[in-house]
Amino acid sequence: MASSTQNALNRLLESRVWQSVFRGGRGMSNLHRALAVQQNLFLHLFSVKMRRRSLEFGITWYLGTLTFVTFLILVATGIPLMLYYHPSVPQAYADMKDLQFVVSAGVFLRNLHRWAAHTMVFLVFAHMARVFYRGAYRPPREFNWVVGVVLLIVTLFLSYTGYLLPWDQLAFWAITVGSNILSAVPWMGAKIRFLMLGGTTVNANALLRFYVLHCVVLPLVAVSFIGVHFWRIRKDGGLYREPRQTHYPAQPQPISIPSSETESEVTSPHA
Amino acid sequence: MPESPNYTTVLDSDSRRAPVRVAFVTRRTSPHVKATDDPFVMTHPETLLRVAIATEVLMILLSVVSLVFNAPLEGMADPIQTPNPAKAPWYFLGLQELLHYFPPIVGGVLIPTLVVIALIVIPYFNINIEAGGLWTKNRARRLRVLTISVIVLTIGLSILEVWAILAPTLFVAALMYWTAGTPPDSGGRLRRWLTSKPLPFWIMTWFLIEAIVLTAIGTLFRGPGWSLVWPWGGSL
Ligand code: HEM
Repeated sequence: MASSTQNALNRLLESRVWQSVFRGGRGMSNLHRALAVQQNLFLHLFSVKMRRRSLEFGITWYLGTLTFVTFLILVATGIPLMLYYHPSVPQAYADMKDLQFVVSAGVFLRNLHRWAAHTMVFLVFAHMARVFYRGAYRPPREFNWVVGVVLLIVTLFLSYTGYLLPWDQLAFWAITVGSNILSAVPWMGAKIRFLMLGGTTVNANALLRFYVLHCVVLPLVAVSFIGVHFWRIRKDGGLYREPRQTHYPAQPQPISIPSSETESEVTSPHA
Repeated sequence: MPESPNYTTVLDSDSRRAPVRVAFVTRRTSPHVKATDDPFVMTHPETLLRVAIATEVLMILLSVVSLVFNAPLEGMADPIQTPNPAKAPWYFLGLQELLHYFPPIVGGVLIPTLVVIALIVIPYFNINIEAGGLWTKNRARRLRVLTISVIVLTIGLSILEVWAILAPTLFVAALMYWTAGTPPDSGGRLRRWLTSKPLPFWIMTWFLIEAIVLTAIGTLFRGPGWSLVWPWGGSL
């Protein structure tokens, strides 16, 4: 059984179709491993080799990676949620009830999306703090820090726009409270608020606007900036590693090399 | 004299015939070779495996949480019925707490804008680039600046009665004075560690503690009419 599965797997990996997709070829040599990364659009955001130290848990605590994982979970759960959701009043709320009582695993889907969203906000802050305390914002990484600040704001907006979508009391009043802050902006506060809500109060227009921002605009912005963020990590020379004490030989050791011509000993001057 | 393998030294410029070269280091040249103990590893599998494990762990944790705890869903949105208190999402509750203390133009616009600008410019100021303990240079002057800042903040925040911001400020200031008092390599581990920290460390730490305290108060300790309550109920 095991060997027939193994055979089937081998035949698949050796088939022309597979090899046309993954050109790196099979094998465990470092060349094959390098090709597996370098020949893949997504993986090639990684360089083919990395400093061992930058992989240590204690450096990044993997917080950036985990933030990205929550983002992927949110995309993966968000798309099926969209299949059951209408951004209209009062249907939006009825859809929540459907997710709860009608859709198979609807509760789980919604829970996972919600908790992953909270986790992402938390992880973004934690990642930022970690990067700061490591001093990893220093040149040449200063622009990637700025990209990070943009990602922080985009993440907050993603979460905030999603907050309205269930159209329950919690959602409605949270957005009301939040959007009221905008009115305090001098001179154009009320205008900005009107633009955001599509009205003077949180209403069906606001729901539609938030939906489009949440499901289309902001995810695209986030993906673009995450792409730049990762690309810049490579271009800036990989993750920042604190300069560790470089090791010099304590004292030059005496060496002796018998010379073929003179047959005498050559010794280091310190010997 | 240990047994040495049989080397021969010849003068040759043909690298195929004499492939091994020996450098003789004279007394005046440094023989030091810069060597790091930081080798490369292959991204596949070393990095990919670690990323996969991190993904798995987080997926499992979030799945378990999602099986146990349900996302909140209250009654349908009703513009007539205002809940008391009406709260923003938790990550904005620090902001909402600021609005309780300051006029909207300050708490809702000025402070958040300044925070974002401050975050953006961090890497472009040399003070944030140089490492080294805060008190290693210009100690007397820096102490004066700290003292004046603390006095101004204390008076200002006391007039406004914003104790929630004043208390963390005084806490961080106390830590700073604690590390300023002694030579850098004295005291316990915590003191030595703190003493080695530069100014940006202190500013960020102050900011983060303020943010956490304000968010915690807004989330847990605010009830009807934004009055202080215990998280388990009952007014404070
Ligand atoms: C959607 C949000 C974000 C994602 C998915 C993300 C992802 C990542 C990942 C995977 C890394 C690799 C190393 C690590 O795990 O720490 C990284 C590094 C970095 N991140 Fe982020 N990040 C995000 C937000 C931020 C924010 C808010 C900041 C700062 C304001 C930031 C600044 C940086 C910097 C400067 C590095 C380079 C660190 C180094 O060279 O050691 N990122 N990010």
